[in-house]
Amino acid sequence: MVGMATRLAIVTGRIVAWMMRRSGLGGGTALPGLVALRLAPDLLTRLARELPSGAIVIAGTNGKTTTARLVAESLRAGGVQVVHNRSGSNLPRGIAATFLEATDWLGRLDGDLAVLEVDEFALPTVVRAVKPRLLVLLNLFRDQLDRYGELETIARTWRRALDELSPDATVVINADDPILAELTADFRERRWTFGLEDPAVALPTLPHAADWRLCPRCGAALEYRCVFLGHLGQYCCPGCGFTRPALTVAGQRVRHGSAGLLLDVRWGDRTVTVRSQLAGVYNAYNLLAAVSAGFALGLEPEQLVATLAEVPAAFGRQERVWVAGRELTLLLVKNPTGFNEALRLLESTRRKCPVLIMINDLEADGRDVSWLWDVDVEALRLLSVPVSVGGIRSGEIALRLTYAGIEPQGRYPGVVEALDRWLATLPPDGCGWVLGTYTAMLELRRELARRGVAVEFWAQ
Amino acid sequence: MRLTICWLYARTMNIYGDRGNILALVERCRRRGIEAEVVELGVGEPLEPGRCDLFFWGGGQDREQVAAAHDLQGAKGEVLRAEIERGVPLLAVCGGYQLLGQFYRPAHEPELPGLGVFDAWTVAGSRRMIGNVVVDSPDFGELVGFENHSGRTFLGPGACPLGTVRIGYGNNGEDRTEGCRYRNAIGTYLHGPVLPKNPQLADYLIACALALRGRSDHLEPLDDALAWVAHEEAVQRARRERQGLRHFWLLTRRWSRLP
Repeated sequence: MVGMATRLAIVTGRIVAWMMRRSGLGGGTALPGLVALRLAPDLLTRLARELPSGAIVIAGTNGKTTTARLVAESLRAGGVQVVHNRSGSNLPRGIAATFLEATDWLGRLDGDLAVLEVDEFALPTVVRAVKPRLLVLLNLFRDQLDRYGELETIARTWRRALDELSPDATVVINADDPILAELTADFRERRWTFGLEDPAVALPTLPHAADWRLCPRCGAALEYRCVFLGHLGQYCCPGCGFTRPALTVAGQRVRHGSAGLLLDVRWGDRTVTVRSQLAGVYNAYNLLAAVSAGFALGLEPEQLVATLAEVPAAFGRQERVWVAGRELTLLLVKNPTGFNEALRLLESTRRKCPVLIMINDLEADGRDVSWLWDVDVEALRLLSVPVSVGGIRSGEIALRLTYAGIEPQGRYPGVVEALDRWLATLPPDGCGWVLGTYTAMLELRRELARRGVAVEFWAQ
Repeated sequence: MRLTICWLYARTMNIYGDRGNILALVERCRRRGIEAEVVELGVGEPLEPGRCDLFFWGGGQDREQVAAAHDLQGAKGEVLRAEIERGVPLLAVCGGYQLLGQFYRPAHEPELPGLGVFDAWTVAGSRRMIGNVVVDSPDFGELVGFENHSGRTFLGPGACPLGTVRIGYGNNGEDRTEGCRYRNAIGTYLHGPVLPKNPQLADYLIACALALRGRSDHLEPLDDALAWVAHEEAVQRARRERQGLRHFWLLTRRWSRLP
């Protein structure tokens, strides 16, 4: 049972959320939490204590929302009542809002276990407050430099988060990321490592956008036997012998296309085949993270696999919508590696569809758009499909494309305007890809909801 | 005609979309029938005098910047200084710019020696200067980019700034100067990247390189309509940020749709 002050904060927060939804001001995924945290700064700690099965925290530059969704659905299928920030609102205020939603008016939390995706910088704060039993670290890429700064800064922040963990907590890490392997090196006994073991999906070289080329231990240039995505792969250091740790859970025989993914997952001497509706090599990593978390929590492999096959894409992540007879696939792009992987997904599908790229530069997108120049948009030229651009920085992406030898078909500064005018250029029963930054996708999504072809993201 | 562009510390110092600057240089040469070869020069690799026609040096994380600073102490630094003295054009952004000054003094670590090409020095600041930036330059007109630095650079009496800050912070957020110039070397905090959106600056560097090879004829103009669209778009963003409107942008979008 929580105290009086906490209860007051909960009630106030809930009233704010209720008012926001009534007045159409949004889903109340942040402000109610902000208000409640103001009134009771220890709200997260107090509410997390009420969870009988504790919390799972998931962090990483790319794949947080998808992985959290996979883990939450797997638990739900096992009959666990899950508290989950599914809207992707991943700052402390968003997590507080999520908790508020799961409490009743008396301040009682209705849930067994929390699955929380957490912003990179908020990780120490959230870990200190909720003391998770399981911490899943997915990857560390360069993202929104104006907000997150350099990779080493984030790595140091995460080290503080790891120090906040309770002694019986388990960490699950992507061992293909050298930074994470080094960060968690002293967790050997309570660390689960996952990674890929499939040269067939390896990239020919380390891509330009690879952020981490040096050994995190001694600073020498890392050597890669295989690069799977960004700087993720099978690495070893010629200087100090630092190498990818042995995998607890290994992904093998990855088969991917537009319809989804199929991969073999080996742990110990067992192997299961995991099927998913999510496509792209990056989702193989998300699936491996979810499977590892599931195993670490003691879920039944057969049931886990059955559930994962059913989980659909999260907001703007390979989501499919039909607008005026056209089939659109929405892909959220936030950073060079994510954008490159989206393009790789386009390449892997046989169907030729026109592409619309929408770039905004608001706070939530990152105000610095220079990352567009680190994306290998040249891949689009090989696809030879018409490309159009939109958003606040449509001029910037158009210029980037021309430097890759691609002449944009259309340029539309407004998001809704872009959608309509671009749709008109598609054949009536055609298909299209929409790649967009966060706020562009949000606005697009809102417009689609208004037209009744998609639901608001918080209600998903 | 063939130009050799040397990309200093390409692997380790290319954090802010610096590849865009190289793309702009190479592509703008190519469109004029000039072949441009890019040579990457990393830590420990020697610099041959007279080999390169143009230098580009980007920004990097702290650790990489330290490695570059030490790499330039000695013969390699001497050669680079002599090349700049000879008039070889150079563009250095952010971290590279800082190391072309006298020294860089971090908050807690030991002082980093610079090449001393610019009469300037940099000290670590407590607040990061982040945002779109618009600069008025006497020689290049309006320049636009994005800055993100905590180092504050101060110019000595003998130094010539690249321009005056109209919107943003510039060298130090105090004296409204931005960047520094010496001979044909330009140091700046503008990334974004700077050259694609400011084609006049790219063409200046190319023209300098050609002049040094004895070709002082005018560069053929290119169709830069889209570059100026992107330029203007960035200026608009800077202006809007100054007005503080960005915080309200989403809200107004919502309100405009209410009955």
